[in-house]
Amino acid sequence: MSQPLAYFFDSLYLIKPETSIIGFLVLILLYDLIFKKEKWLPYISLFGLVVTLFLIIEQYGYNKFAFQSSTNFGMMAIDPFGAFFKIIILLSSIIVILFSILSKELDVARDRMGEYYTLIFGMILGMFLMVSASDLILIYIAVELVSLSSFVLAGFLKNDSRSSEASLKYIIFGGVSSGIMLFGISILYGITGTTNLYEMNSLLQNFDSTNILMILTMILIFAGIGYKISAVPFHFWTPDVYEGAPVTITAYLSVASKAAGIVLLIRLIKSTFVSQKDTFGYWEMIPAFDWQGFLIIISILTMTIGNFSALWQSNVKRMLAYSSIAHAGYILAAIAVLSDQGLVGVMVYFIIYLLMNLGAFLIVIVIKNKINSEELEDYDGLGYRMPLVGVAFTIFLISLTGIPPTAGFIGKLYVFIALVDAKMLVLAVIMLLNSVVSLYYYVRILKHLYLNKPKAETTDIELSFSLKLFILVLAVPNIIFGLYFAPILEFVKTSLIILGI
Amino acid sequence: MQQIPFLTLITFLPILGMFIILALPRNSEKLIKVVTLAVTSIQVILAGVIWSLYNYTLGGVNTQASFQFVERFTWIDVEGISWLGRIKVDYFLGIDGLSAPMVFLTAIVVFIATLSSWNIKESVKGYFALFLLLNTGIMGVFVTLDFFLFYIFWEIMLLPMYFLIGIWGGARKEYAAIKFFIYTLFGSIFILLAIIGLYLSATETLADGSKVHTFNMLALMDPQNYTKDGILSPLNPNNLRLIAFLALFIGFAIKIPMFPFHTWLPDAHVEAPTPISVILAGVLLKLGTYGIIRINYPMFPDITIQLVWWIALFGMINIIYGALVAMAQKDFKKLIAYSSVSHMGFVILGMAALNTAGLSGAILQMFNHGIITSMLFLIVGVVYDRTHTRGLYDFGGLATTMPIYTGFVTIAFFASIGLPGFSGFISEVFVFIGAFGVESIRIIAIISTLGILLGAGYMLWTLQRVFLGKENPKWAHLPDLDKRELAMFLPLTFFVILLGVYPSLLLDLMNKSVNTLIEFMFNSQAFFSVIIK
Repeated sequence: MSQPLAYFFDSLYLIKPETSIIGFLVLILLYDLIFKKEKWLPYISLFGLVVTLFLIIEQYGYNKFAFQSSTNFGMMAIDPFGAFFKIIILLSSIIVILFSILSKELDVARDRMGEYYTLIFGMILGMFLMVSASDLILIYIAVELVSLSSFVLAGFLKNDSRSSEASLKYIIFGGVSSGIMLFGISILYGITGTTNLYEMNSLLQNFDSTNILMILTMILIFAGIGYKISAVPFHFWTPDVYEGAPVTITAYLSVASKAAGIVLLIRLIKSTFVSQKDTFGYWEMIPAFDWQGFLIIISILTMTIGNFSALWQSNVKRMLAYSSIAHAGYILAAIAVLSDQGLVGVMVYFIIYLLMNLGAFLIVIVIKNKINSEELEDYDGLGYRMPLVGVAFTIFLISLTGIPPTAGFIGKLYVFIALVDAKMLVLAVIMLLNSVVSLYYYVRILKHLYLNKPKAETTDIELSFSLKLFILVLAVPNIIFGLYFAPILEFVKTSLIILGI
Repeated sequence: MQQIPFLTLITFLPILGMFIILALPRNSEKLIKVVTLAVTSIQVILAGVIWSLYNYTLGGVNTQASFQFVERFTWIDVEGISWLGRIKVDYFLGIDGLSAPMVFLTAIVVFIATLSSWNIKESVKGYFALFLLLNTGIMGVFVTLDFFLFYIFWEIMLLPMYFLIGIWGGARKEYAAIKFFIYTLFGSIFILLAIIGLYLSATETLADGSKVHTFNMLALMDPQNYTKDGILSPLNPNNLRLIAFLALFIGFAIKIPMFPFHTWLPDAHVEAPTPISVILAGVLLKLGTYGIIRINYPMFPDITIQLVWWIALFGMINIIYGALVAMAQKDFKKLIAYSSVSHMGFVILGMAALNTAGLSGAILQMFNHGIITSMLFLIVGVVYDRTHTRGLYDFGGLATTMPIYTGFVTIAFFASIGLPGFSGFISEVFVFIGAFGVESIRIIAIISTLGILLGAGYMLWTLQRVFLGKENPKWAHLPDLDKRELAMFLPLTFFVILLGVYPSLLLDLMNKSVNTLIEFMFNSQAFFSVIIK
């Protein structure tokens, strides 16, 4: 067998998780086409995700390129860092599919659920590629794949005008920003003559100063990524889309597609712009573009604007949308450290963010199912009518604020440790002040749940046993990991291996 | 030392009680109250046992061997995270003469507050569950010797406090609750920043010889543990120790509350239900001064010694300002709240003296103020329960309608003024002896004595307005204290008088530790100045 062909078959072996996702995507599509029965679709999807999870765990330790070219660099980097985020994406997908089974909001579209699950699998495939891609072409395709699937999902409740509006806004913003990104990619190709990030790294080594063209290129490319992680000033779509889309999709966008965008950003910086790593894990950067300064500014803007905008919201979903913008800012702060320590912060934060943010959205879904509203004033006194929901929501919100003994504190703690160690004290203080600001709007929800008396009815609202269990499954780890976070650290530690320097 | 984990028991018993309460049905109010009372009574008993087993010859402060009731286990231990190396957090509890009085105070005040909570009617289950959670947080802060654990306990208090004020409070409860929450969180983020800075600047040498970053407070006190380039290391010429000191100090000052960070206190106090005011004034305020003594002093002796004049000045401002504002109040509860500001000023002044008398006086004042102010808030609570008003001019001549009550009021007021024979006198005397002994702050101490005069002024004036004078016919048939209320006042009165005539009971307890702390501070300051040269 010729060498390239051997590489190709090796690579097929390396992309088993992606293949599995494609397989199940087709299976769901065909099943829906042939049987037209909604009932089993979520379970097939869940089965597919669990199978994929095992495939990822199986190849967890791999650290090599898939689809290598003659220069020894490949299209995809299969490394533990990527696997870590694929696991996060899969976990959030599993949780979101469970949400979708529960959500009453989707009942109007139950006959179209085949498309729904197919599109979710399309998104997962796109996100997997985003996580692993080490070539600009593949990056672009992956981003587009995620975007296209999510456009449709955001407007899935097509009879609801807000949902359609969300979808349209999403498409317009998405189209523009990925267009800008593509423009940046083309200039970058013009500068370096390659699309592979690792090859670019060796070509950029001889840039010894910043370069106007390079700055322009990176800002253009960041427009695409920033749009995915809803970083300011590319965040304008977020509140409207999050508010209009079905809650399940809002939850999904706020965790999974954000994770994929973050990994893409890290991989772009790490494999393209790092010349070497010192003994303390700090990255020495190629001076072609001042990533640190850029990320610090974006991060400060993102967290501050996210938090301050959230203060005025009266719709809980919209408030959580702004809160998720703020959280993107915290994560960008950790990336701005440009060190392995910062990455520890990002990874710890993401596991916990998955738990707390999805938990908060679960509560929104449960409350929406019962009282058919997401408005803050309709939440008055709900804490007494639904005790478990109230307590769990309190845990999630306190965790999102980052107050011990919840897991959210541990997430913030590791970001702070990274920042303080890098002597980025100003950023650390701004982030801390931001969490004080965020306390105000998170506690505002608690105020409506407990301090305000219910307006009319005061009867207790019963929840089914399985729903209670589901709430507990998300709420209890928020406390446990807040008090005993060693498992998270162990997991992060073994995953802190990125292909390359 | 001994087999029974006393400190774990006294700290986590309330959590156990909380779970029991959560498992009980919502309408079994009686049972819920009994569980809470049982838990707090056991805490008082445990505190008594701890006191009786306490070894007066051990100083504590900076060495694990001289702490008592020590419990230390590895809690989190993960190796090889990035460059940080090993991440290790210990479950580390222990008390010395600085924290032991506070543990006793907490046990007593929380017990009294439980009795005072008896007439809570609304959502009893939630109230007592949160009450017990708060209890654990307070106790935990006093017994822990690990910074990470300290911060967790510190923050655990916020949420229950928010709900306790916000749900069971008075007219402007929502505003007061969120103000308290945001203010104290604002303070604690500065504490967190300093904790992280200290964590990254020092390493602890483990038994196997390896060096790891540590949250162990005792290790952070040892100047030899600091690394060369740590941002808070004295060895680093560009260190940020002053900023970190201020960050911690402000974080704690908000809790005290020290002028100009006191504005949350009147709101929180006035709106909180009586038992929560009692806990707030009785124990929570002491967390601030305790934090400064336990953390700022031994970890930043160099900065502390430089700044004593400023600390004393702020103490003085607290004393005078608190007293003046108290004098202007028309609301009984607000008056007591500002009197707390004034009396916590004595603690700050005593701390600033940095000598045995001053520091002992400060800790004694923390204890005495805890007892006296609890009494004062209960006094307001009693009259508010009966009349639903707190205006100082709405009463008059209560002494004839409620003689027993007025008897306790008189004791509490005189103790608060600092009349000899009552506990408040001893601690104020010690504070002033200490402060006069230091040349640089003598003048501040002299001005501060005005505070006592002002204190006598507003207290006696209140006594006159509310209890003496012409009887207000509207309140002619107010019932005097019932048995439950007597049960709250008697133990507190007992302590007020006991410590007034026999203060050695507490002074002996803290003496060794106070001396150890002062000696340690001056030693490490000398060590620092050698390094800097």
